[in-house]
Amino acid sequence: MSIAPAKILASLSINGSVVECAFNPNKTLLEVLREDVGLTGTKHGCEMGHCGACTVIVDDLPVLSCLTLAVESIGHEIRTIEGVARDGVLHPVQRALAESGGAQCGYCTPGIIMSAVALLEQNPAPTREDVAQGLSGNLCRCTGYTKIIEAVENASAELRSAR
Amino acid sequence: MLRLPPFEYHAATSAEEAVSLLARFGPDALPVSGGTDLYANMKQRLFTPKVLVGLRPIADLQFIAYNAVTGLALGALATLTDIADSPVVRKYYPALAQAAALISTPQLRNTGTIGGNICLDTRCNYYNQNLDWRKALNYCMKKDGDICRVAPGSPKCVAVNSSDTAPVLQAFGARVHLTSPTGTRELPIAEFFLDDGMFAWARRHDEIVTKIVIPPPAGDTRSAYRKLRLRNSFDFPILGVAAVVQLDGAGKCVAAKLVLNAVSSRPVEVSEAARALVGSALSPETIGDAADAAFRAGRPLDNTSATIPYRKRMVRVFAQRALEDAARAVPLAD
Repeated sequence: MSIAPAKILASLSINGSVVECAFNPNKTLLEVLREDVGLTGTKHGCEMGHCGACTVIVDDLPVLSCLTLAVESIGHEIRTIEGVARDGVLHPVQRALAESGGAQCGYCTPGIIMSAVALLEQNPAPTREDVAQGLSGNLCRCTGYTKIIEAVENASAELRSAR
Repeated sequence: MLRLPPFEYHAATSAEEAVSLLARFGPDALPVSGGTDLYANMKQRLFTPKVLVGLRPIADLQFIAYNAVTGLALGALATLTDIADSPVVRKYYPALAQAAALISTPQLRNTGTIGGNICLDTRCNYYNQNLDWRKALNYCMKKDGDICRVAPGSPKCVAVNSSDTAPVLQAFGARVHLTSPTGTRELPIAEFFLDDGMFAWARRHDEIVTKIVIPPPAGDTRSAYRKLRLRNSFDFPILGVAAVVQLDGAGKCVAAKLVLNAVSSRPVEVSEAARALVGSALSPETIGDAADAAFRAGRPLDNTSATIPYRKRMVRVFAQRALEDAARAVPLAD
């Protein structure tokens, strides 16, 4: 009989809060967020790096939580879709997606928002090509992308005019 | 859900600690840097290591350093995003920046590393499948089976090297530095890649790649990379072509390297293409001759997406485009 590796007790920094949790070393960040922390906004899609539905932001960069171990995320700043709206007020990217019809079934939307938020933080005035590149790791099977790209451009304009 | 098989995880904070952990746990242990290739393969049960040695915390292997005398040194843990965005890589080794920028997706380039990319597992339609799929076919020789499903008479596995940076690094004459518990060694990257889909790298189990060094560009050196895939994101190459040419003051080609990838278990250097180019100016005729040589050297098998005849024809087209890109590239200012 083999003995399973011991659980790791760790503090993760998620959306600015420290969260204590215990998980096995083979658990991905996606699994820990959804199953141990209870943050189910991050979606599991292909779980193989082929879709982008599980995108979260780690240390200001969008990464795939399905191909990141939770143990590798200790000591890093994790941001999920739950941390994007502030005090009940939607982020301009979220509002723009809703207003422009950039979400249909909505399953890819949390991942798209995380990619878009990270893009606009790094590049506040992206060209259409920059937006397409920034979202090139997120599949959407409903919209055809046009409305999503327009929404990110609209959010970019709103963020810049608010400055 | 597709879960990872159980393993123990040991984070290393130095190359020496990493290789001592690998030696301690033996072949049941695997090193992992970004994990973007390994974790997906582990979910498909292509690898079930008992121990993973995490290299991510090794801060002093994340560098990108350029020096006009010694050239470019890339720490094995430099991310593909960092390499694609690096001003010195873009200036002196544009084909490498192009190749890094074409890998997979932004999210995976933020995580994936150059050391991991040259150790990318070879790929095949009959191998990169989940356990049930492979079991239904009674497996293949690369994992759990006896014969090659692509070429049943083949004595060796023909899975393809699918790294975008590998052919570029080989065209630039890069050298790979490795560390093991007994010391360090370096070898030309062409010798790091082996012609067997199952044993495709010269890395021993207790070694890790620590850095990759590329000589400084000589004179008017120009480079380009072209990638064929079905979608312009996510996909691995089904053909990659790296071209590096050096011109003299009169525009005559004095040195050339053309390297193909995703057509064999290791990058394929087309020396006949170099012979077609060296000694003359880059013209439609010489580029055409070099592309014809690439066409003859590129022998894709039925183990990636798209048909063999299409991929074979595209070798000529993409070799020509890569050489045209290099010919058109802006020369380096002194």
